[in-house]
Amino acid sequence: MTKKILPGHGSGGKLMNEMIDTIIRKRFGADNVQLDDSAVLSMAGVRFAFTTDTFTITPFFFPGGDIGTLAVNGTVNDLSVMGAKPLFISCALVLEEGFDFADLEKILDSMKSEADKADVRIVTGDTKVVPNGAADKIFINTSGIGIIERSIQRREIKPGDRIIVSGTIGDHGMAVMAIRNNLSFSGGLTSDCAHLNHMIRAVIERFPESIRFMRDPTRGGVASVLNEIVKGKKISVKLNEDALPVRDEVKGVCDILGIDPLYAANEGKVVIITRPDDAEDIVNILKSTAEGREAAVIGEINEEFPGKAYIETAVGGRRILPLLTEEQLPRIC
Amino acid sequence: MGNDLNKKLAERLKGLRLNREIRIMEVCGTHTTEFFRTGVKDLFPRNLILVDGPGCPVCVTPNEYLDRAIEIGKQYRPIIATFGDMIKVPSSTSSLVKEKAKGMDIRIVYSPMNALEFAEANPGAEVMFLSVGFETTAPAEAATVLEAKRRNIKNFSILPGNKLTPPAVEALLVAGEVKIDGFILPGHVSAVIGTVAWRFISGRYGKPCVVAGFDASDLMMGMLTLVDLIQKNKNITVNQYSRVVREEGNRTAVELLYQVFTASDSRWRGIGVIPGSGLAIRNEYADFDAAQKFPVTPPAPEEAKGCRCGELLRGLITPPQCGLYGKACTPEEPVGPCMVSMEGPCAAYYKYWSGR
Repeated sequence: MTKKILPGHGSGGKLMNEMIDTIIRKRFGADNVQLDDSAVLSMAGVRFAFTTDTFTITPFFFPGGDIGTLAVNGTVNDLSVMGAKPLFISCALVLEEGFDFADLEKILDSMKSEADKADVRIVTGDTKVVPNGAADKIFINTSGIGIIERSIQRREIKPGDRIIVSGTIGDHGMAVMAIRNNLSFSGGLTSDCAHLNHMIRAVIERFPESIRFMRDPTRGGVASVLNEIVKGKKISVKLNEDALPVRDEVKGVCDILGIDPLYAANEGKVVIITRPDDAEDIVNILKSTAEGREAAVIGEINEEFPGKAYIETAVGGRRILPLLTEEQLPRIC
Repeated sequence: MGNDLNKKLAERLKGLRLNREIRIMEVCGTHTTEFFRTGVKDLFPRNLILVDGPGCPVCVTPNEYLDRAIEIGKQYRPIIATFGDMIKVPSSTSSLVKEKAKGMDIRIVYSPMNALEFAEANPGAEVMFLSVGFETTAPAEAATVLEAKRRNIKNFSILPGNKLTPPAVEALLVAGEVKIDGFILPGHVSAVIGTVAWRFISGRYGKPCVVAGFDASDLMMGMLTLVDLIQKNKNITVNQYSRVVREEGNRTAVELLYQVFTASDSRWRGIGVIPGSGLAIRNEYADFDAAQKFPVTPPAPEEAKGCRCGELLRGLITPPQCGLYGKACTPEEPVGPCMVSMEGPCAAYYKYWSGR
């Protein structure tokens, strides 16, 4: 049977990683294609980060944002977690024939407003219109460039290092899933969609040497990010269930749908791995910013289960947090 | 408060000293995953064994059901509405997700009512809902059929695949293949059918039972109580989920269920046909029965080679004892349904226990 693309190939899990390795990087060159959120490059003595991301979401307006805010913030955040100061982004639109002008203008207004708040400029773009049915209303691609003043990636992660998350987890994923499933009880769920460059800068400026790793846990959530960093290594990730910041509304919807918030998408959070001695100070800096008010140390690096991430539950039992293959789906009962 | 209680229960569970191996079957798929997810299973002493029962609706649905759904999809091209965890389950030669990639119109819904509303909004299309699930989902499915009739929606039907849990547990007890000392009974199912529906286990078969809820304290209290009953040879059924479950259950839901459905013989994966364990649509609602509305003759079902889901669902093996587990059968490329559904024992082991 001929192999076809399945939804799982785009979900940030194992299937997608395999496809990137065996189909994409093999052709473009594993040395060229960097797997981080952005590629870090040098030109004429200047180090910069370059990234691109395509956004598609149903519905394209949701509580807490829309596809436009996502498109700007996603790219700003992918640059920021590499330690870059985002400067310029592009905006490419794929529009389905028949799309409402009013919706388009609203989305573009969101993009402009987010870009202003994030201090980035939208400097180039493209538009394509495809026939009815050839796209799901609107797709947006944004690419971005940022200057790296201080590099923070690729430092060795060691046992004892602490894991920090900048706020409540799963807000975006569950807000969107609740609307998609018409959950009448989903009142109060709001996406956390936000640009994090100012918050991240505040941390990097104070603790340039302490941070070993930083990433925004979007698709696949916090658990997927943590799995990636220990994969194939002698270290493991240990999370404390009691320490995880999860909104009650998010927890409620997760329980009903059988979804683990650790795997639900975030659009305004960052996971930081840091030297243990500075963890509390970093949390305090995060808490002093608007986006990081609910930041917390959620776990640590150890050597208990090499290559794995696991969680110690509220009752003191342990369970593995595997690298999932694809997005979680709501269950039957 | 809750935390203090949990810590005490955890200490008691960790401190249990059993003078022999005790084997407990958890009937419900949600219990299977929750024992892992809450970490409670990690607290068990070595000789306290949890045997996974036939309590995951996706897992016990036989190939012939999906074969029929796919054959209907091919011949009559209805929009197929289904719960999310059905779409990756392998049929004899395909799966819904593979058919979707080839162009079959398959939609994931959260409730049967979503499917009905979709049918009402799209009168030009036929909508077939895959009605799979135990006593917990069947009342909602019955209510949807009643609503379809009331609103006179003719382009909606359900493919009945619902099952009743007590006959399956009785079938395992009658077969006597697996040694079980007691049962943790499903909280949600019992909320519908009541504790009364389970009394035969302690009465006729002399096995103690506990109806348990799903959070960590429910699971720990349930296990501690059941172990105590087993050790003291007290063959009774204890309802430890009385905040939700009543002795007689939810009569309204049960009446609703039997207004639309009637008990019928039904095939369970790995167990075979169990008398009175399925739900067929009553004649008055035959217009909403997709099996009658879209007659097809699917090819004879084939079971995947080497797949031991059947033995697993009878409590005879644990997932790692299957030769395919984690090798040829993974959540990416599941061979058997127990690796697909998030309530399937293989998926639960793979997800929460891998590398342990």
